[in-house]
Amino acid sequence: MQDELFAARDLTIALPGSQGSMIRIVENLSFSLAPREILGIVGESGSGKSMTALAIMGLIDVPGARITGSMLFKGQELVGLGARALRRLRGREIAMIFQDPMTALTPVHTIGWQIDEQIRAHESLSRAGARARTIDLLGEMGVPDPRRAADRYPHQLSGGLRQRAMIAMALSCNPSLLIADEPTTALDVTVQAQILDLLRRLRHNFGSSVLLITHDMGVVAETCDRTLVLYAGNVAERGPTGDIFAHPGHPYARALLASIPPLHGVRPSRLLSIPGQPPSPAERPAGCPFRPRCPQAHAQCEQTPPMVRRGEQDIACVLAAPEPVQA
Amino acid sequence: MSATHPATRRSGPWTTAMTTLLRDRAAMIALAGLLLIIAACVLAPVYAEDIAHTDPFQSDVAATVMVHGQELAVMQPNDNPLHLGLTPLAPTWHPSAYLLGADSQGRDVMARLLYGGRNSLLISAAATVLCILMAAFVGIVSGFFGGVVDAALSRLMDIMWAIPVYLFAISLSIVTISQGLRIGPFTIRSDNLLLPIGIIALVYVPYAARPIRGRVLTLRRSEFVLAARGLGVPRGRILLRDILPNVSSTLIVLAPLLMALAMLAESALSFLSIGVQAPAASWGTIIQDGQGLIYTRPMVAIAPGLAIVLTVLALNILGDGLRDALDVRETSRRRG
Repeated sequence: MQDELFAARDLTIALPGSQGSMIRIVENLSFSLAPREILGIVGESGSGKSMTALAIMGLIDVPGARITGSMLFKGQELVGLGARALRRLRGREIAMIFQDPMTALTPVHTIGWQIDEQIRAHESLSRAGARARTIDLLGEMGVPDPRRAADRYPHQLSGGLRQRAMIAMALSCNPSLLIADEPTTALDVTVQAQILDLLRRLRHNFGSSVLLITHDMGVVAETCDRTLVLYAGNVAERGPTGDIFAHPGHPYARALLASIPPLHGVRPSRLLSIPGQPPSPAERPAGCPFRPRCPQAHAQCEQTPPMVRRGEQDIACVLAAPEPVQA
Repeated sequence: MSATHPATRRSGPWTTAMTTLLRDRAAMIALAGLLLIIAACVLAPVYAEDIAHTDPFQSDVAATVMVHGQELAVMQPNDNPLHLGLTPLAPTWHPSAYLLGADSQGRDVMARLLYGGRNSLLISAAATVLCILMAAFVGIVSGFFGGVVDAALSRLMDIMWAIPVYLFAISLSIVTISQGLRIGPFTIRSDNLLLPIGIIALVYVPYAARPIRGRVLTLRRSEFVLAARGLGVPRGRILLRDILPNVSSTLIVLAPLLMALAMLAESALSFLSIGVQAPAASWGTIIQDGQGLIYTRPMVAIAPGLAIVLTVLALNILGDGLRDALDVRETSRRRG
C-alpha cells in the first residue's frame, strides 16, 4: 500500500455521562486512508460514524469530551492539536459535507455568495475573482447554467443541486480529504447516483480522498474502494469492498448483507432482519458488542474478540477463518 | 421546488418578506398612519408659523384671537361661582387658530401637540435603535460565546429585568435630572434629550437581548454553522456572515414593538416631569399640562393621549405584520 494520507490508531471518543462517568462512543477504532482512496464507514445510527467524522474535524464541542489514540494526517498528529491549527486544516486540507444541504447552507445568502465567502476565507481574492472560481466549480460539479445558479438562494434549488453546491463549497480550496457524512440520504435515488458518481470523479479531478459515511450498503458497494463496518463504536470488519461483499467474515456484516433484498431470483416473503437492537453506548456488553444479537455467540465471545486477518480483510470475530470460506 | 421555477427566480428571503408585508393590509394601513403622524410632526413649524401663526413655547395669557369673525380672549373668565382663575379657550375646530384650544398658559395645543410629537417620536426611535444595538451586542456575544461570558451577561440581564422597568427608568431619571450626567470631562445637561433616550434604551435591553440570545443559540447549533466550521471559517467570520444576517430578522421584528414600549416609557417619564423638560414639549408633558384642566378642557389631555394610543397601536400592528412576513424559519425550510 502506498503511503497513507490519514491513519487512525486506537481512536477512542468518550463523552461525559451522568454522575461523572465517561461513555465511550467509539472504541479503539483503527483505519487508514490512502491518497485518492474512497473509504466507506458503514453502520447503524448511533454506531459512532458521525462522531468519528467530527473527531477528525476537531468539531466535537461537548464540554469534557475526551479523544484518545492517534490520528495522523499527512504525518501530523491531530489528537491534541490546538484549535487554531485545526481551524487552519479545516477547509484547506480537510473539508466536510453534510447530510442535509438545506440546513447546511445559510438561508439568507445566495449559494454563489456562500462559496465566494468560503474561497475568500482562505485566500485573498477579489470578489470578482472568487465569483469566477465559484462559477467554474459549480460547472465542474455538473450544475447546469452555473452563472444563474450562483445567484439563487438555497431554497430555490433542488436537493441535488444544493448538494452539488455544498460539495463545490467543500472543494473550493482543494482539500486532500473530503469527509462526506451521509451525503445522499436526503436525496432521491437517481440524484443519489449522480452525486455518488460525482464523488467518485473527485479523486481524478481534485486528487481528494473521500471518507464516505453512510448506513446504506448499496452506496458503499457502488462507491467505495474499501469499507469499514462499524458496530456499536467498534470495528466489526474492514477490508476491500469487493471482498467484504463477496465473503463477509463478521456475523454482523453477513447479516447486514443478507438483509438487502435480492435483485434477481425469488424474493423472500420476509426480509431477514437482525433480532434485537444495538446496545446504547452506556450499556455495551463486555467482549464482543454484537454478542447479544449474534446467532453464533458462545462463551468465548465474552472476551474482546481478536482481529483476524483474512486476505486483505480484518475481522473482529473469533469465528473468522483465516482463509475465505466458499459460500 | 424545481430549480428553475420562474416565479421564485432571484427572490431572496428579503424580497419574499417584502412581498408578504406589502400584501398585509393591516400592516400597510398601520404604516401609512404612522408615516402620516411622522410627517405631521416633522411639519410642526410649518403649521405653527404659516397656519396657526402662534409660538407654541411662549405663554401669552392676554392674547385674543379672531374665530369665525368673533374676537375671543384666549384665557376666558371662569363661569364658576367664585370666578377664580381663567379657563383657556375651548377647541375652535378652526385650523388657523387654536384648533384644539389653548392650554393653561394660553398656548396653542395643536401646535404643541405637533412639536411634542417630534420629541416623542425622536426619543422613542433613537432609544429603540440604541437599545437594539446594545441588546444585539449582549445577545450575540452571550449566545455565541456561551460559557462564563454567557452566564455573566445573562445574570446581569436577569438582575436588570428583576427591577420593574418603569421603576428602574424613574430612578435613573431622578438621579440624572437634578444635575445632568457627568461622564469624565463631558456633562450631559438635564434638558438634553440624550438622557431620556439613554435611560429608556438601557432599561429595555434585557427585554430585547433575551430573544436575540435565544435565536443565536439555535443558530450556533445549526448545521450551516457546523458546516462553516467544517470548512475552516474563522469564528469572527461565522459571526458576521452567518449569525448576524440570520439574527437581523429578529432585530427588525423587535424594532417596532420596542419603539411602542419606548414611546410609552417616554410619555410616562415626561408626564412625571422627569423626561422632556419645559419649555420643550412631548406628548407626556402635554398630558401633564392637561391634567389640571381635565374637567373643563379635557381636549388638552385627550389629544396627546390619543396620539400616543394611535402611534403605539400602529407600531404594534406593523410589528405583527413584520413578524409574520419575516418568519424565516417557516419559509426557508421547505424541502426540494
